[in-house]
Amino acid sequence: MTAEPIKAAAPGGLSRRRRRQLSLGGQYGLFALVVVAVVLLADWPTLRLNFANWDVAKDLFPDVITVGLRNTAVYTVTGFGIGLVLGLVIALMRLSSVAPYRWFAAGFIEVFRGLPLLLIFIFISVGVPLAFGTTVPGGAVGQTGLALGLTAGAYMAETIRAGIEAVPKGQMEAARSLGMSHARAMRSIIIPQAFRIIIPPLTNQLVLLCKDSSLVLFLGITLEQRELTKFGRDLAGQVGNTTPIIVAGICYLIITIPLSLLARRLEARQRRGQR
Amino acid sequence: MTTLDTRTNAIEITGLRKSFGTNEVLRGIDFHVEPGEVVCVIGPSGSGKSTLLRCVNLLEEPSAGTIRVAGADVTDPEVDIDAVRRRIGMVFQSFNLFPHLTALGNVMIAQRKVLKRDKAEAEKIARENLERVGLADKVGSYPAQLSGGQQQRVAIARALAMGPEVMLFDEPTSALDPELVGDVLGVMRSLAEAGMTMLVVTHEMSFAREVADRVVFMDGGVVVEEGPPQQVIADPAHERTRAFLSRVLDPAAARIGEGD
Repeated sequence: MTAEPIKAAAPGGLSRRRRRQLSLGGQYGLFALVVVAVVLLADWPTLRLNFANWDVAKDLFPDVITVGLRNTAVYTVTGFGIGLVLGLVIALMRLSSVAPYRWFAAGFIEVFRGLPLLLIFIFISVGVPLAFGTTVPGGAVGQTGLALGLTAGAYMAETIRAGIEAVPKGQMEAARSLGMSHARAMRSIIIPQAFRIIIPPLTNQLVLLCKDSSLVLFLGITLEQRELTKFGRDLAGQVGNTTPIIVAGICYLIITIPLSLLARRLEARQRRGQR
Repeated sequence: MTTLDTRTNAIEITGLRKSFGTNEVLRGIDFHVEPGEVVCVIGPSGSGKSTLLRCVNLLEEPSAGTIRVAGADVTDPEVDIDAVRRRIGMVFQSFNLFPHLTALGNVMIAQRKVLKRDKAEAEKIARENLERVGLADKVGSYPAQLSGGQQQRVAIARALAMGPEVMLFDEPTSALDPELVGDVLGVMRSLAEAGMTMLVVTHEMSFAREVADRVVFMDGGVVVEEGPPQQVIADPAHERTRAFLSRVLDPAAARIGEGD
């Protein structure tokens, strides 16, 4: 029995290639249309005057770097450092065989993951002095670091816990069989491997912290403590021009884009199985 | 037999029972391993032989019974298990090398962190042991860069570097490609010839036949029979042993519906 040969394209139907061409063409066309519309509709002279005013931008330097960018970096790194230590401790408590530790860790994670960071900033700046009669040590850096660290710690605790659980069970057995204590095996064998697994999510956390450090403006800080967002906003107000905001924005990208690239590279390296 | 003399036995197991939930995997095991003896444990999967081995260094906690290794009662709740484990080398089916360390690092880390040897000494001992398993040229390689057979030999070197009195092998060649099995068995044979006390769970009947001083056949959580290999493997007394051996030695002869 001979089957009917299948034609290149059914009569009236489209070949697979033709259909693909049409679909792609449509998508490119729509994209080009939107770009052209935006370009034509925008008021470029006004935009340039208000957002990309070179004279205004010039006056921002070097302070936008030496004060704004620097403080953003300091707040971010402090917050990340506190968050990492806190996250590791909470993650280990979460995995502990001591039940109250697990409860505390679970509670901590739920609370600080669930609260808006803004509320935590307000609590740190207003609540802590009311409760303890003193502010958090370290001034603005200490307060910001703690606020960022508490939230980041909650997120990182879950990441670190997942990393630890992703290390195969045989690793702990091999380490214990060699006579290592549980704590020693954790320190020398399990945690180093867990951190290799979670470097990409931790880098993303750093990017998030970098942006969230802008909330420091709710603390009431001095001129020298201003980070990028506060700096840009203040100067935009002073000169009646939005250019400082744009410059501050670009400064954020100077930090975050390399970090994202780094995270992507680390992730790719890990996927190749190179450890 | 010196069964009752606990000082001279390397491993002494009495009345060992182990349950996982309601599933009783070991139902009363008694046997011993003398110093310098090589004992192979054979038996169908699920017979409890791996569990038995893992009880010896307390990776599994026995439900009942006592186990003495090198004079220490590992089942005593007061025992310093980390100290006892230092004297027991363990080799796993899945190698369990530390992937973030080189071959040399794998063999050095426990020497450094557990035995507190200084770096130079630990490295010297690590290199000697890697050479002993034929991997002197692989010291700088990471586990991912090594074949299964090479990884398993690094794992053996890692255990030997601790200077163990007893070596436990849990199906050390079961995860290997057939052509790599020989290298690992060769290392184990030379260990046995050097007088190491070894308890080996294995499916390699030729190894058991040629290297073991004694073969233990387990089924259903009990020791069915034990004795020299020429007896247990060549001329088994029990029907269960015979059925198992015929399946293992000539798997192509099995018919569907036979056995379990």
